[in-house]
Amino acid sequence: MLAQSGFGVFVLTFLLALFSVGAAVVGYFDKSDRWVEAARRAMQLTFPLISLATLMLAYLLVTGHYELQYVYSVTSNDMPFYLKLTALWGGQAGSLVLWSWLMSAFASAVTLRKWERDRELLPWVIVVTSVTLAFFLSLTILYENPFARWWQTTAGDIVPRMFAPAGAVPITPADGQGLNPLLRHPGMIIHPPMLYLGFVAFVIPYAFAIAALVTGRSDDRWIRLTRRWTLVAWLFLSLGLVLGMRWAYDVLGWGGYWGWDPVEISALMPWLTGTAFLHSVMIQEKRGMFKQWNMLLIILTYALVIFGTFLTRSGVLSSVHAFSQSAIGPMFFAFIGITFVTSVALLIYRWKDLRAEVEMKSLFSREALFLLNNLLFMGVLIVCFWGVIFPLISELVTGQKVTVGPPFYLRANGPLFGALLALMGIAPLSAWGRSTYKTLGRALWKPSIHSAIVPVVLAILGVHNWIALVGFTLVAFVIFVTLFEFWRGVRSQQKKQKVNFLVALWQLAGRNHRRYGGYLIHLSMVVMAIGILGIELYQTTTQKTLAVGEDIQIAGYTLRFDSLAQFPYTDGRIVTRAALSVFRGDKFLGNLYPRYDYYTASGQPMTIAGVRSTLADDLYVVLVNWENVSAAQAPFKVYHNPLVNWLWIGSLMFIFGFLVAAWPEREDEKREGKI
Amino acid sequence: MKTKNIFLLIFFFQLFAATLIPSIAVSAQQPTPSDDEVNAIARQLYCPVCENTPLDVCPTTACHQWRELIRQMLAEGKSEADIKQYFVDYYGARVLSEPPRTGINWLVYVVPPVAFLAGVTLLFRAFTTWKRLTKEPITGADHSSSSGSGPEPAEGSGTAVDDEYVARLEEELKKRN
Repeated sequence: MLAQSGFGVFVLTFLLALFSVGAAVVGYFDKSDRWVEAARRAMQLTFPLISLATLMLAYLLVTGHYELQYVYSVTSNDMPFYLKLTALWGGQAGSLVLWSWLMSAFASAVTLRKWERDRELLPWVIVVTSVTLAFFLSLTILYENPFARWWQTTAGDIVPRMFAPAGAVPITPADGQGLNPLLRHPGMIIHPPMLYLGFVAFVIPYAFAIAALVTGRSDDRWIRLTRRWTLVAWLFLSLGLVLGMRWAYDVLGWGGYWGWDPVEISALMPWLTGTAFLHSVMIQEKRGMFKQWNMLLIILTYALVIFGTFLTRSGVLSSVHAFSQSAIGPMFFAFIGITFVTSVALLIYRWKDLRAEVEMKSLFSREALFLLNNLLFMGVLIVCFWGVIFPLISELVTGQKVTVGPPFYLRANGPLFGALLALMGIAPLSAWGRSTYKTLGRALWKPSIHSAIVPVVLAILGVHNWIALVGFTLVAFVIFVTLFEFWRGVRSQQKKQKVNFLVALWQLAGRNHRRYGGYLIHLSMVVMAIGILGIELYQTTTQKTLAVGEDIQIAGYTLRFDSLAQFPYTDGRIVTRAALSVFRGDKFLGNLYPRYDYYTASGQPMTIAGVRSTLADDLYVVLVNWENVSAAQAPFKVYHNPLVNWLWIGSLMFIFGFLVAAWPEREDEKREGKI
Repeated sequence: MKTKNIFLLIFFFQLFAATLIPSIAVSAQQPTPSDDEVNAIARQLYCPVCENTPLDVCPTTACHQWRELIRQMLAEGKSEADIKQYFVDYYGARVLSEPPRTGINWLVYVVPPVAFLAGVTLLFRAFTTWKRLTKEPITGADHSSSSGSGPEPAEGSGTAVDDEYVARLEEELKKRN
């Protein structure tokens, strides 16, 4: 009964979303506030309705209603309560429900604001968000219904259906299959909602952009109104990516954080255009330039958000043939095509209205460098997009599938990321408007000299890898420039206000949160770059089968195999855990406990590494699960990952930088009437 | 006769030893390849059945067997190129971490740099057009801009540079955006 009610609520919400679209369009063309208001209320009603359906699904999950196919596939009796709850987004149908729920929440939040000054934008914001919501709800209702239940047909087949096939009898399994073990990690529990928050939040600036295009508003009002939405979207997408990296590092057992897998890349692509957009909108706000480009960037970001979901949900990555057999693949494909073509057509229609108010005057101005930054981000995007879709093209044309793996991406993107680092250091030193090579050169020479010391010191210390030397020099350059910017600003503030350093720093950051928060984010990025350079260039690994008492050496460490134990755990897995002692020379550093969990119900294994983390390096040991393991001997794979912790430290700094950047500016709020 | 037989025996023993020693020497040169040697090749190959998983870290039984196959081929004296070619012949080009540089696969290497260069060209052309449109000589800071950076200071004047920076900073902080 509850399942049928939940499904009914989804159908009702879908119809409401469609009504909302129709009412908004009628309201706009008839200039009828009543219709627009009806559209807004319908939109707002979708949120409590989807929340209700989601709660029903959550209840069915935690109470073990295995007669439902979705509950059966993602939960089991031995799972703890919190995992049963997070299983809500542990499968395809549930994750689409989460998408719709977040979409309705954000769309409702947007329509709650006061719209007096921007009344003409409202109907089209409703249209875009409601169309997107209706699309995802249609997937839930037609193809990925989480409320479908098991039936046994007269032919003896067991099928999942919402309504009983003729003559079929309902079936209720005693237990479920349980959540995929890989998804039981805390990182993976938070990772999908974070990514989805980022994905869905980017729909809001896109909706305003389309509203501005339809209504012919060529000013930067839509950008100012959605500035915080864009920042929030970017934060969550960034956090989603970082959590995904951490999950991969902890759970996949291959000693790395990023494998240039198409699924990873599909989440990275909207981040690339979103980051370019964040930089580019500043130029429009400051200088009234790049209006067309900003429109294109947000259209691309929206398309890539849907494309990313399509890639991971349609089965297209395993094979183009799987795509054609997939129920939702063609729907996604059509939706991306229609929304992208419509958006670009609108942009072309308004192209002349979106001309720049002023022209670019110098190749060395900050806006020119921002544009170069955008070009580099687009370069990385092209590499990623092409690398992801080329295997599909190859399979379609030649019938043979190929792999585009890390060597391709690293070779193509490495120089682009290096150039982005360099720009991160140069751009803050350039001025808006006019800036000559002389003025820029004068600003650059001090940090350049300081950072030039770094490769010399590194070379003396024995670092001879040229990529490392260039990379760490660029990192040092950005750090020097950013700290120099802070120092000069604080000094100026001190002179003006006659206050001490800390007060001056506080006042300075308070005068422009966005600027100094942005600098902190730059710092966090280069700190992350330290970790990336360390692990990418200096990771070493070794593998050996050890008898108890034997040891293995790597990077100056000795790991001695002490013992191995195997025992069942309460949640139905069999844990095989090894104990190793770690030494540096004769000094005992501690114990590591790599383990191998085997989930008997699903027959799925999971490798949990034993990790010793310091600021200098990680010692990462895996009990290699596919070889013969016994109490007397076991095969171990050991990774030495230099500097990798800086990647996670940088991520935490990033959050702090974001909070500073997004902190409300009091004057701004009064002026803008923020949403 | 007895002595002759002994010499013959020694001769045949030496002959046997002479034929045996090289084979012992060969097998001494081909010990069982270590896990690290196997992984060095396996990490360049992708699992033929799993999605985007390098062979050296793939946990499936099939991949374990393929790694053992690499070990066996190494023990037989096969080179890295031979082993990779064997996998390509049996399982197709998807086992390589990059498409082989043949036929349509060239597109994967050519398209990104061409697209990027097209972007650079477009950007450069746009810059030159903008510069032509403005027609104003570039003499330093832009007073007309919303956040001009003040007059250009004299070369080498540290105080002037600082003043210029402070003026620009104040201007930008006032604008807040």
